[in-house]
Amino acid sequence: MGSLLNALPGAVSQGLIWGIMAIGVYITFRVLDVADLTVDGSLATGGATCIMLIRAGLNPWIALLAAFAVGMAAGFITGILHTKCGIPAILSGILTQLSLYSINLRIMDSKANQPVSVDKYPLLISSRHVSEFSIENPILLMIIFSAVVISALYWFFGTEKGCSVRATGANPNMARAQGINTNSNIILGLMLSNGLVATSGALLAQFQGSADVNMGRGAIVIGLAAVIIGEVVFGKIFKSFWLTLLAVVIGAVLYYIVLQIVLMLGLNTNDLKMITAIIVAVFLAIPFWKNKLAGKRLGKKEVSGDA
Amino acid sequence: MLELINVNKTFNIGTANEKKALDNLCLKLKDGDFVTVIGGNGAGKSTMLNAIAGTFRIDSGSIILDGKDITNLPEHKRAAFLGRVFQDPQMGTAPSMMIEENLALAARRGQKRGLSWGITATERAGYRELLESFGLGLEDRMTTKVGILSGGQRQALTLLMATLKKPQFLLLDEHTAALDPKTAEKVLDLSEEIVQRDHLTTLMITHNMKDAIRHGNRLIMMDEGHIVLDISEDEKKNLTVADLLQKFSMASGHEETNDKLLLS
Repeated sequence: MGSLLNALPGAVSQGLIWGIMAIGVYITFRVLDVADLTVDGSLATGGATCIMLIRAGLNPWIALLAAFAVGMAAGFITGILHTKCGIPAILSGILTQLSLYSINLRIMDSKANQPVSVDKYPLLISSRHVSEFSIENPILLMIIFSAVVISALYWFFGTEKGCSVRATGANPNMARAQGINTNSNIILGLMLSNGLVATSGALLAQFQGSADVNMGRGAIVIGLAAVIIGEVVFGKIFKSFWLTLLAVVIGAVLYYIVLQIVLMLGLNTNDLKMITAIIVAVFLAIPFWKNKLAGKRLGKKEVSGDA
Repeated sequence: MLELINVNKTFNIGTANEKKALDNLCLKLKDGDFVTVIGGNGAGKSTMLNAIAGTFRIDSGSIILDGKDITNLPEHKRAAFLGRVFQDPQMGTAPSMMIEENLALAARRGQKRGLSWGITATERAGYRELLESFGLGLEDRMTTKVGILSGGQRQALTLLMATLKKPQFLLLDEHTAALDPKTAEKVLDLSEEIVQRDHLTTLMITHNMKDAIRHGNRLIMMDEGHIVLDISEDEKKNLTVADLLQKFSMASGHEETNDKLLLS
């Protein structure tokens, strides 16, 4: 129990950082109704861009902003592939993600890993400070950061433009009939989403003290896990948009806490990705199974009604 | 006002499912015309409406609105002057958004959507009044998600959305076909009311011949991708369903289409 308490701040920090990523996934998966696999690449792109710029002596806030911009560029490419080239969304994301692997290596000077030491550079966030009661504590910073991101998105999706993006995801036919350019909105949503994912990657790389070309592997599944956990736990009580986003962030935190507990129970770390995938698969399947069961019962009723 | 000149459209070119949906279609509408459109399955009625709305690009021909060639204008841009209601009640509204949000989206049809708030308090009050005036019982459910409304309610809402910002042109694509008879009549009456109130130029597809005769000031009948019958207001006044069927088989030159027409 004592060791769990010791590990908790680290898990919460990581969860909060991944929460930003999960909000990005929420925008594509739930708002736009597009499964975007670009994120596995853009997370690492964000990390790589930010770390290399910090190593070059740039202010870490500007490096973070650059990561956001590079992530948006990645989302833009996926959006163009999907809307202007007619490639299915999933495949568009995979294509961008694959090319990002090469791009990430180029950004990182052809190395798979680039360290950034908190002793040498003024990092925004570092795992070194997780247990300190100070302004540098990553939990504090991430709570503020998440609050800013959620507020900004709440504002944006309440504007005329934001409403039109939501309509694009909810019913593209209706959106076009109401004069909304659905293609440009899909591109915009993908850019926003990947910008946030890359920002999360930039924070994550600083937190763990290095950027790694593989840091985004399976990111989409972790993001989905956070979205689904948030919905399952808070779906009934959190109705408004900003609470839904908050639920996604808390979902990511819960995911990392559970992960920590599972690890402490002696599970092999190599099995983690598989376990995550199984959990996400089960939760995605539940609504489908529920419908199927409900349909069966209804069918039976109709038969007995006829007899 | 609206003019279709030799419009052609073939779907699935070069495959076994190749289908010529519009065949040298010509149509000219005057300002304020309320035209009902009938015809059997596959006659090209919906295809004609979709061609006007810009859902797809036509193969050849041109579409002129108020002297402006809109043949190559994308769908979302044409929406600036078009109001549309679809056959499927699911198609015209965003299910995961509230009633008031749907209305607010429709109120901005044809406008640039910027970063000001998506719905204002004055708007909200206006929508409430509007809904109240139509007696749909929706005025107290403004923040209800549209997805849980009945098909009839959704279709009525779609109609309000299509005409909230007065369109130059209203396209009704069998918009009551998916509703039960009573609701269908209600929605149709509501359509008539709005069209009369705003003097909207309207094209309405229906499979109900009585409705086609009763509503509007002109009736056209389509077969095999073009118009085979065009009945003016005076002629339409004394028309019966039997007349219409007879006229149709004479115009199209084949008897069996009668059944197709009646059954569809």
